Amino acid sequence: MSETAFDPTAPLTPTGNLRRRRAFNRFAEYGATAAAVLAVAVLAIVIYTVVARGASALSLEFLFTGEPTGIGPAIVGTGLIVLVATAIAMPLGVLIALYLTEFAGGRADRPIRLMLDLMNGLPSIVIGLFVFGLLVYGKTQSAFAGSIALAIIELPLIARGSQEVLLLVPNSMREAADALGVSRWRTVLGVILPSALGGIVTATVLAVARAAGETAPLILVCSVFDSRGVSLNPFEAIPNIPVTIFTLSEEANPTGFARAWGASLVLLSFILLASLAARVLLARSRSKVAR
Amino acid sequence: MSGLDSSAGLDEVAGSAPARVRIQSGPLAAPNGANGSAPRETGIGAVFEARDVSVHYGRKRALASVSLRIPRNRITALIGPSGCGKTTFLRSLNRMNDSVPGFRIDGQVLYHGHDMYGGNVDRVEVRRRIGMVFQKPNPFPKSIYDNIAWAPRNLGLKHGLDERVEAALRGAALWDEVKDRLKDSALGLSGGQQQRLCIARAIAIEPDVLLLDEPASALDPIATASIEELMHSLKGRFTIVIVTHNMQQAARVADQTAFFSLDSSAAEPSGTLVEFADTEAIFSHPKDPRTRDYVSGRFG
Repeated sequence: MSETAFDPTAPLTPTGNLRRRRAFNRFAEYGATAAAVLAVAVLAIVIYTVVARGASALSLEFLFTGEPTGIGPAIVGTGLIVLVATAIAMPLGVLIALYLTEFAGGRADRPIRLMLDLMNGLPSIVIGLFVFGLLVYGKTQSAFAGSIALAIIELPLIARGSQEVLLLVPNSMREAADALGVSRWRTVLGVILPSALGGIVTATVLAVARAAGETAPLILVCSVFDSRGVSLNPFEAIPNIPVTIFTLSEEANPTGFARAWGASLVLLSFILLASLAARVLLARSRSKVAR
Repeated sequence: MSGLDSSAGLDEVAGSAPARVRIQSGPLAAPNGANGSAPRETGIGAVFEARDVSVHYGRKRALASVSLRIPRNRITALIGPSGCGKTTFLRSLNRMNDSVPGFRIDGQVLYHGHDMYGGNVDRVEVRRRIGMVFQKPNPFPKSIYDNIAWAPRNLGLKHGLDERVEAALRGAALWDEVKDRLKDSALGLSGGQQQRLCIARAIAIEPDVLLLDEPASALDPIATASIEELMHSLKGRFTIVIVTHNMQQAARVADQTAFFSLDSSAAEPSGTLVEFADTEAIFSHPKDPRTRDYVSGRFG
């Protein structure tokens, strides 16, 4: 015991092993800081590279014409594929989240959450292969098949994201509505969804951002297309940005490479803007709930 | 879903809201359903009759063999120390406990002679007739107007909605304070105003019974006084059951008082009803020594 004894009247400078403990503390602090800086740096480098190499390819012609000068049809195509995917995944995802938070008893909740997390971890190439076998093999590639694949990718993101915000809606709201003799579905529509709407939109936008860049499934189910003009027919393969980037970067031709960077810049800007918009929305809806 | 033969009548009188329509005599289930419990004689004016009610949460017994009758259009207070089951009992009166995992009830709760936990009783219908106000004010994140109007709208009471909202707010003594800002968010009101808004919200659908779960415990003394005053004015229109920690409050507002306590003599300690009588009797000459100790401030 006498080893730990100290003189309480001594000046308040480090004594004993405090020097060593402080060194360890510094070390851990710097290590954690460095890891955080590294993560930001990687993102910054990627963005810088894409902007530096892609900016030269950008022009109105590049954005609005088809092959061989631009990627206009691919932008429209990606928009359409993602839109249909989201139209499928969002209602389903929100209903799953509502089931989990409003209707499921404690027993159903955990296995379904686990399933969604596993689904979120599915390799996109596997999802692509699945949809290929389901909708393409023996038939033909289509934008619709691509939308289904992207919907499968979006579904767990939307469901889990919506669930998180639905859980933020205080239970006292549900009790208040219950005590008024209003049925649960009416409560969902009238009280719970309006409170959680901002967060649900955010989850959806994040899922869209993720799905828009998915390449592997599209290579399998929506890659043999005519990229000279815009096509809005969901039952044929239509041009899209990820596959375009992939094909262009495979070309043994330096202009193709430059255009691949340009297309990457377009895709990246779209995803970053969508994510930022989602964060802003979420922050605003949080502050509204918390008021 | 309704055994409310008179719900159309409710619409008609919405304009003159003080006129009350008696809705409580219909069975709680659909009228064509084979009702397991035929109406029984429960004595004159009893709204609730609890017969040997015990409540378990999982394996833990929260309440043991409570039997009491709650009379119509009176204020009945449930008092007692923490953990004595008074809130559990209150929440069993409109089946708010059903959503608690592991909840189980034994015995019978009769509401106007109908078994509240009978097989074909609809929970939503139960709560449409038996409203509840909670410990913490819980207005919806909507405007003051929409807080009141939301439930009537959903219950199909759309006729004369403005008058209904005004009548409810007047009934809760809140009208003069909020009449110029009905469109403002209810979350901007003070705690006491929010709680009165919750009471207004509950009476807007003209229930038969109001259950109040420590409605003033989160409020300052001035807001508490206004809530108590409000209870006096609501008496006669509604049967009110109030849970309170505050004995003076029970003495001030209640006609009858039920004293609950934790019965630790049994092998399995649980809350139970010790004494139920007129408030005056409970506070001036309680029969049970445990009641005497509690009301004289010796414990709890």
